[in-house]
Amino acid sequence: MSSPILEVRHLTRTYHSGDRTLTVLKEVTFAIPTGSTCAIVGPSGSGKTTLLGLCAGLDRASSGSVILNGIALDNLSEDERARVRNELVGFVFQNFQLIPTLTALENVMVPLELRGEAKVRSEAVRLLQRVGLGDRLQHYPIQLSGGEQQRVALARAFINRPKILFADEPTGNLDVETSAHVVDLLFELNREAGTTLVLVSHDLDLAQRTQRIIRLKGGAIVSDQATQYSFADEEDAMAPTK
Amino acid sequence: MTNTRIIFNPWVWKTAWRDSRTHRRRMILFSAAIVLGIAALVAIRSLGEDLERAVDTQAKSLLGADLMLSSRQPFNAELQAFIDSLGGEQAREVRFASMVYFPKTGGTRLARIRSLEGDYPFYGEFTAEPQSAAHSFKNGPFALVEDALLLQYDAQPGDSLKIGAVMFAVAGRLKNVPGESAADAFIGPRVYFPMRYLEQTDLLQRGSQVTYSVHFKFNAPVNEDSLVARLKPLREKYRISYETVATQKEDLGEGMRNLYQFLSLVGFIALVLGSVGVASAIHVYIKQKLNTVAVLRCLGASGKQTFVIFLIQSLALGLIGSGLGVLLGIYLQSLLPKVLSDFLPVQIAITTSWSAVAEGLGLGLGMTLFFALLPLLNLRKISPLLAIRSFFEEQRETKRDWLKVFAYVALLLALVIFARLQSPSWRVALGFSVGLAIAFGLLFVVAKLLMKAVKKYFPASWSYVWRQSLANLYRPQNQTLTMILALGLGTFLIATLLLVQQALLRQIKLTSTGEQPNLVLFDIQTDQKEGVAEILRAQNLPLLQQVPVVTMRLEEINGKNVREIQKDTTNGIPSWALRREYRSSYRDSLNDNEKLIAGSLQKLVAGPEDTIRVSMDEGIAKSLRVNLGDEIVFDVQGVPMKTVVGSLREVNWRRIMPSFYILFPHGALEQAPQFHVLVTRVPNAESSARLQRAVVQTFPNVSAIDITLVLRTADNILSKVAFVIRFMALFSILTGLTVLAGAVITSRYQRLQESVLLRTLGASRKQVLKIMTLEYLFLGGLAALTGLLLAFAGSWALAHFVFETTFAPEILPTLVIIADVVALTILLGMVNSRGLVDRSPLEILRIEA
Repeated sequence: MSSPILEVRHLTRTYHSGDRTLTVLKEVTFAIPTGSTCAIVGPSGSGKTTLLGLCAGLDRASSGSVILNGIALDNLSEDERARVRNELVGFVFQNFQLIPTLTALENVMVPLELRGEAKVRSEAVRLLQRVGLGDRLQHYPIQLSGGEQQRVALARAFINRPKILFADEPTGNLDVETSAHVVDLLFELNREAGTTLVLVSHDLDLAQRTQRIIRLKGGAIVSDQATQYSFADEEDAMAPTK
Repeated sequence: MTNTRIIFNPWVWKTAWRDSRTHRRRMILFSAAIVLGIAALVAIRSLGEDLERAVDTQAKSLLGADLMLSSRQPFNAELQAFIDSLGGEQAREVRFASMVYFPKTGGTRLARIRSLEGDYPFYGEFTAEPQSAAHSFKNGPFALVEDALLLQYDAQPGDSLKIGAVMFAVAGRLKNVPGESAADAFIGPRVYFPMRYLEQTDLLQRGSQVTYSVHFKFNAPVNEDSLVARLKPLREKYRISYETVATQKEDLGEGMRNLYQFLSLVGFIALVLGSVGVASAIHVYIKQKLNTVAVLRCLGASGKQTFVIFLIQSLALGLIGSGLGVLLGIYLQSLLPKVLSDFLPVQIAITTSWSAVAEGLGLGLGMTLFFALLPLLNLRKISPLLAIRSFFEEQRETKRDWLKVFAYVALLLALVIFARLQSPSWRVALGFSVGLAIAFGLLFVVAKLLMKAVKKYFPASWSYVWRQSLANLYRPQNQTLTMILALGLGTFLIATLLLVQQALLRQIKLTSTGEQPNLVLFDIQTDQKEGVAEILRAQNLPLLQQVPVVTMRLEEINGKNVREIQKDTTNGIPSWALRREYRSSYRDSLNDNEKLIAGSLQKLVAGPEDTIRVSMDEGIAKSLRVNLGDEIVFDVQGVPMKTVVGSLREVNWRRIMPSFYILFPHGALEQAPQFHVLVTRVPNAESSARLQRAVVQTFPNVSAIDITLVLRTADNILSKVAFVIRFMALFSILTGLTVLAGAVITSRYQRLQESVLLRTLGASRKQVLKIMTLEYLFLGGLAALTGLLLAFAGSWALAHFVFETTFAPEILPTLVIIADVVALTILLGMVNSRGLVDRSPLEILRIEA
């Protein structure tokens, strides 16, 4: 088994509301090997999104640690974590989260431009063409449909060649047909780039397409199982004739 | 990444540019809030420079001569010898007040008479109509008469005008006198005639208040310092005054500086107001950008990078606002001389001041930066978690945010420093800043209380449309408070002005009602006393009071000569109190506007050995630092008279009756040269004119002051001043409306959603329109009410403590102010909300999806 890209140890996250303390995650521990795919599932309020936020360095844990690509996120400042995100992490959000004031092309270029890289346009154009939006480069998010927006988000997620991709309910705001198309693209791009994929979803069918499912309930892991899904299955799933 | 690297990071600039693309029009509107403030400041500042330049280049023509000497007495032999020794070309002038009489219409009026001999003005010239009259009046029995006076009595050049015993022909209309502003004419109309007719007028009686002047034009350049050194001892010895080109320049320059610095401060208020509007707009703008910031943070942007992106946008906004303001200011600069025309004694050449332009740009950028910092600093704390959760609970911040504290301190310091740029001293700047802070604080508190009260006591039984429109004022991210502040401040300024003006005019009017005296005849010689009284009796008018007046000056106080006292600058006695001519009277009782507060009133001086115990007004006693028992020697037209302070009086000076600083007992001044003042009450303008005509025809040297004339003069001056202040207050109101337009457009999408939702739920177009209109009605109403409440408080305080009069505001004009502000608010709100109700609900739902 390859070395883990993500290690989560005894992760606990509590929130304070007035005098009340709410524990959203309790002593969560797991590791995700490089290049693997994993789904985190669970009912609403089980702590899935909180866990994703902590793993991606968007938030700090109350206790426990997150080690991403060998870097302990807990000791980093917010700006240092931002740099880690820019270099290692890709995101796909449920509500797309494109910047409304930028065109599709500019949205995709942002992560590389942030690094200070020049000549990023061609790569962004290539990725947008790859997701089938080569003719919508100059469109603003508001001029695109939901499925198109999520495809722009996919192109943006992969442009910085992330080591790990976090997808938060990537099909949550899409209809069935568009969802299938976006999911196919997600797995395809993931496989091409050899990225580790961590996705959070309610959708068990989608979760079944990953190699491993971690089930959360009440902020704790209730099961952590490998699925029968393999890359071969993935390829089969992609095949148009099947 | 270091701060410098972040600022010069191309991505940051690129993103700031790209992100602004879709809402640049809105940002320009935000920047409009500071446009008017900057415009006012640039215009006033440039005008200030124009004025200084004009005073500099026109200094000689402002004085009309190289030197002017003047005295309240005819020049004595020593002075005459000195004047002769100065050489050069000389011109003489004698000034005094007297009645003028137009035989054609029978009109009489107190005027400022100036008889002239020689070629004065040597530099510059009178502006007259026809212009030839500026010189030709010196050739015979002609008078150059103030245009306003001729207009008032429907007189024309060529008509006759009687001054004293001489009949003059009006040579022309006097439009302007070098060195005097048009406002000078409000004090009293000016009439010039050749000096060779002065004696024939028979107006210079002993006791008359006359100023004798000599104007000099030197043929060769004169060292002013050595001239002043020669003049100083004479000034002290003979109480003459002098003006040189340099002193005139200094006096005028200071006057002009005061004027434009006052205007600058008013303009600065508009700028501060606009900056509050910008800060508020940026605050809302940033709130709308939270998601974008969170996504950028997710993608790896640092807190500083996102901060700099929006800082760049804010500064660009400041730059655009300042740029537009500067352009508008340059245009306004050409309008200001027209607004201020009555107060400017110089001809102004309009030149663009690049230093004013630079200052305007700097001020605009600076104010935007400091005001924008507060909302922008919040950007550093935005968590990337916002991208995956629309709501999350932030960990409570336990540490103080020192950067924010620093931003607040920097803002306050910047305000004081910017105020200093507009004011003459740090003291004024600090006072102004504190005053401004208090005004804003009070406006804030009143606005908050009003908003709370309206919310709390709004009748729940009112229809949904009314309740919804009110609730809209409290919508999330509302800018209601800022708008109320901005509009309220403008209303406050304008209303205070109106109320104070009313209070002052009412005070003068009150004195002319009932049985109060309303006409004063003065300069009556002793032998004319009975004759004037006879005229009154013949016209059935009451002789309410007849008092003798003796002019005198201070010679010694407690054995110390006033010249010595004057030299000692540490004693705190104001120079005017020592140098002035005292017009005193004698009687054995107090009038009903006087109250004895110390000592006792001496009724009669028994004989030459008896001590003369004078009664002093408590105010002048305080100024002269004298008390009961102190010894004062008066110079009664050349005769020293030793007195002791025997009593102190409190005098109500607001009553129209002759009152005196110094009151003598009988038996001291009867033999001194004196004139008399007579007070009566005339029932109407016709009988006032009839009396004045009769008196002037019989006793041309006697002058009259009618209270209606005083009232008209006061009204005139107050209206002119009020016009200028209103013009400046307009900037505040317009800034308020710009802030309102910005706020309406900022919340346009929110309003659109609200309107669509209401229409989806079945509201008619009319209902939605009504809700919007009522919302602006509430907003304008609250703002006007806030401003008015403070204006009432302010005017009451001014009336009570400063003008010591009763405060009874007139309701109608204040209602007009409320109506105006509300109407403007509704108009502007509706113009900026146009199209909102016409959008189809489906279209919006699609956008939402």
